[in-house]
Amino acid sequence: MSVIAAVPDYRGEMLDRQEKFHGKQLLYIGWEDHLMYCAPLCIPVDPQTPFGALPKEIIPNLYAEHPDVGLIDWDKVQWFRSGQPFDPDFAASVLDNGLGHKAIVRFRTPGLAGIQGSCS
Amino acid sequence: MTTNKSSNIAKAPRKLSLKENYALMTRDLGWQPSYQSVDKIFPHDHFEGIKIHNWEGWEDPFRLTMDAYWKYQGEKERKLYAIIDAFQQNNGQFNVTDARYINTLKLFLTGVSPLEYAAHRGFAIAGRAFRGVGPRVACQMQAIDELRHVQTQIHTISHYNKFFNGLHDFKHMHDRVWYLSVPKSYFDDAMSAGPFEFITAISFSFEYVLTNLLFMPFMSGAAFNGDMATVTFGFSAQSDESRHMTLGLEVVKFILEQDPDNVPIVQKWLDKWFWRGYRLLTLVAMMMDYMLPKRVMSWAEAWEIYFEQNGGSLFRDLERYGIRMPKYHEVATKEKNRLSHEAWATFYNYTAATDFHTWVPSSQEMNWLSEKYPETFDRYYRPRFEFWRERQQQGKRFYNPTLPMLCQTCQIPMIFTEPDDPTKICYRETEYRGEKFHFCSDGCKDIFCDEPEKYVQAWLPVHQIYQGNCFLPDADPTAPGFNPLAEVLRYYNLNVGHDNGDYADSPDRRNWEQWTGRPGAPVEEEEVGKAA
Repeated sequence: MSVIAAVPDYRGEMLDRQEKFHGKQLLYIGWEDHLMYCAPLCIPVDPQTPFGALPKEIIPNLYAEHPDVGLIDWDKVQWFRSGQPFDPDFAASVLDNGLGHKAIVRFRTPGLAGIQGSCS
Repeated sequence: MTTNKSSNIAKAPRKLSLKENYALMTRDLGWQPSYQSVDKIFPHDHFEGIKIHNWEGWEDPFRLTMDAYWKYQGEKERKLYAIIDAFQQNNGQFNVTDARYINTLKLFLTGVSPLEYAAHRGFAIAGRAFRGVGPRVACQMQAIDELRHVQTQIHTISHYNKFFNGLHDFKHMHDRVWYLSVPKSYFDDAMSAGPFEFITAISFSFEYVLTNLLFMPFMSGAAFNGDMATVTFGFSAQSDESRHMTLGLEVVKFILEQDPDNVPIVQKWLDKWFWRGYRLLTLVAMMMDYMLPKRVMSWAEAWEIYFEQNGGSLFRDLERYGIRMPKYHEVATKEKNRLSHEAWATFYNYTAATDFHTWVPSSQEMNWLSEKYPETFDRYYRPRFEFWRERQQQGKRFYNPTLPMLCQTCQIPMIFTEPDDPTKICYRETEYRGEKFHFCSDGCKDIFCDEPEKYVQAWLPVHQIYQGNCFLPDADPTAPGFNPLAEVLRYYNLNVGHDNGDYADSPDRRNWEQWTGRPGAPVEEEEVGKAA
């Protein structure tokens, strides 16, 4: 049973379906070992945004205040999709990289462990 | 006249004993319907699967009659308002430790007081749903209590509203401001469940198991910090609370004793509502460790006393009914040394959009945190706060300008870390009807997966903002220079520059220092050194 309800076959309204986001989709972004930005971030993006825009513009802007952001060696960054490591195609869109509506992309920056190594 | 009066006395029926009075008020009102079936009159007390064979088995913990109730409550009200009057006349608001303390009241008034009102509604609804007269009357009494609580709190805190910012529109904010969707959705979840789940969730899990970690920290915090007005409404509510707690235990025992099939259903609710309640307590944890200028005890200490010890013995008592400790209680215990730090850092990130102020703890306060949290504070959190302090001294106070990812169930930003690793965010996800859903913990994921049709409807503030649903009707997102954050704050009815942002340069602090001639925050040792 997917809900205990007073009426039979009760169905709830899906409040966050993609069509409600005016042509965009939601993308969640998390930086491993860096918790000064206290939680992964949520942004609306055009599903056709090339993945390469993430390392090039989007992520550096989102984390602009972090002292580690300028030290990232993007060639060494490890990417995770729903927690699983993957090799993104930087020229292809986020959607074609398997990052659809409400997907979570995480990245690990080897050698960087936040403010004074505290994972902040 | 004299003759009449004495003849009236002679004819008057014998005054009922309290017991008889109570029996007539409850059991005697349970008449048998003649032209409708009982199931049709009470359609909502069986769809949850709870089997009640004998409603008469309900033992009322307090045989309170209406006249006794009015008398006791009337006396309490008179005392309460006399003290509030005296507090106002003596400008008691300036006797608190410092103006940082007022932020706990803002958190309480916008976060907790509306839950008292929600409880009033919930118990009124539950009372209507039960066919048994005893529980019906008990729910009705509690509904009236809860209404009284919210009124006393509003009266008390409205006084503070004359002197401090952020307290002016608590009801509007409760329905809109991002972090307030956490307490709001908690109660909406309970109220939209069936009556047995509601009463198990609120009377037992909330009032019985967790109240010592919710209500009491605010009240003892008030006492420690010289806020006698809040202490007074706390005391006034406290005698009701102990009645409610006893009711909570009675409810659960009654359901469990009625049928063995009820046991797994109740256990599932205890698991769910323990976790929902515990997540809500995140707000209390940070209040205790960061927001009280004079601390009562640390969150970890409170958790040890009130949950690990007291809660442990409660659940041992319930073992004979086949009930075990709530699922994931051990995760909560693992989190006790980080919960408050993760939470305060979150509000520090997003205080541009809160109705209260945040600040970096003073050096002395950080030392207190190191002492209370020797395994975690210096290693994981102190570097963050010291970095933020440094930035602030350079005039670059850190604000996180991007909205966070939220947990679908508890609606808290995804700030919690893996049970065994405080450096890794805890990510859990599932798919339902072709869409991804994310959670902060196994506890929240289990709750969703048990009833996904309920939680796909969650009103997540971040997603609602991106859908464009958090602007006032006159806002035009297509206009040049449209500023979404400013528009959302206007929708929240936040007075920007007064209610939100860092405490250091807030009008609250400036006013406090002008009006009282006392510092608005602890004077740092290094500053004292410089001055000398």
